[in-house]
Amino acid sequence: MPEAAYNYAYLDEQTKRMIRRAILKAVAVPGYQVPFGGREMPLPYGWGTGGIQVTAAVIGRNDTLKVIDQGADDTTNAVSIRSFFAKVADVATTTSTEEATIIQTRHRVPETPLRDGQILVFQVPIPEPLRMLEPREIETRLLHALTEYGVMQVSLYENIARHGRIAKTYNYPVMVNGRYIMSPSPIPKFDNPKLDRSPALQLYGAGREKRIYAVPPYTPVKSLDFDDHPFEIERWDECCALCGSRESFLDEMIVDDAGKRMYICSDTDWCGRRQ
Amino acid sequence: MSPSSAIAAGFASPVHDAQRLFRAVLDAFSHPGRIAPIDGAPAGPGGISPATTACLLTLVDHDTPLWLAPELDRPTVHDFVRFHCGAPLVAERADAAFAVLAAGGANPFDGFAVGSDPYPDRSATLLIEVPTLDAGAARTWRGPGIDGARRVAIGGVDAGFWRAWADNHALFPCGVDVAFVCGAQLLALPRSIATED
Repeated sequence: MPEAAYNYAYLDEQTKRMIRRAILKAVAVPGYQVPFGGREMPLPYGWGTGGIQVTAAVIGRNDTLKVIDQGADDTTNAVSIRSFFAKVADVATTTSTEEATIIQTRHRVPETPLRDGQILVFQVPIPEPLRMLEPREIETRLLHALTEYGVMQVSLYENIARHGRIAKTYNYPVMVNGRYIMSPSPIPKFDNPKLDRSPALQLYGAGREKRIYAVPPYTPVKSLDFDDHPFEIERWDECCALCGSRESFLDEMIVDDAGKRMYICSDTDWCGRRQ
Repeated sequence: MSPSSAIAAGFASPVHDAQRLFRAVLDAFSHPGRIAPIDGAPAGPGGISPATTACLLTLVDHDTPLWLAPELDRPTVHDFVRFHCGAPLVAERADAAFAVLAAGGANPFDGFAVGSDPYPDRSATLLIEVPTLDAGAARTWRGPGIDGARRVAIGGVDAGFWRAWADNHALFPCGVDVAFVCGAQLLALPRSIATED
């Protein structure tokens, strides 16, 4: 049974309606950040308050919830959020990507391909992709309104001038449906191709900044690049030390005081299934 | 009959029914052209379909002014909306966040809020009652949420409607969003979708 002292899924019904309306507008304008009345949640900003509010507004008793943090089901943030919803929303939880109907994620997209009908909820710290280039909200909003994205192209060009390549490795900006530049949240750029024309619905929630945005299924999501410097994902010479995978995102672990390293899959569900 | 008993029933289980029906609506908006069954929607006050009733109960409240087409503007609907949703009923289209219309009216989108370039979300959502969601002249829909193209046939809307829709789509990212409703079914047409013969 859910906690009797709270409404189902923690949020009150009026708040859920407000978030639900914001989600529908976000789906109607893919990549556009819809402001919403973010609530105080029972955990600090930066721990997924935006993602939790989005999940709370969509989740129901028939759902199966998976929560990952950096690909892992067994890290503090993932375990806490999963048990939070098990408690307040009376919902089944899983670590299996295939069984889940809603997957809340911090900083990864699962390796297992998602399917039609699944909802992927991203926890977003800074929703505005132009924020580090233009600190004023009123200006970034105008830049989006006018599709005035030269400043982002210049910043990527400066990367190439300084480093010989686009040095951004995570939170790599994308163009959604040819209209809005969007922050994909701090996922590694390795995951960016999985956002493109995904059959699953992607919802992004930023709690501190109080923004919700979305990418509907089958929507083109293009990572920004240049003709002579095309977008590339990370590659490793090593394979996963546990499952031998060569196609998944690998974490580098230092395993002793001598600096010995091993590489293992960041996605624990994917890795566990292959062992 | 006393005034209170004249008001039609709302959700049997307000929290869980609203959640379930919102998911059906979300599924419809993320897959434009796909018919979403609105199972278990209450019959409503009459004059508006169960799917419209479900949308009002799920999405409309005191924050969202509601506009009703003149032919749906009845005391039973007023009482239902005031009692269950608490939404202000407005006479001007421009003031509405949500609106309920019947298919076939002239200038279906004129006057509704389309949002602004900096805030395209500040636009109206229109619930349009149609006689059928799977018969009529089929059109090809393309856009976010559709894998390639989808053929969709909506009954009760004419060529003038689709010309007005082309103008609405051209406003993107501004523009109104539409949900066609028929009985206990709903089919969404967000502003991002382009249609052709």
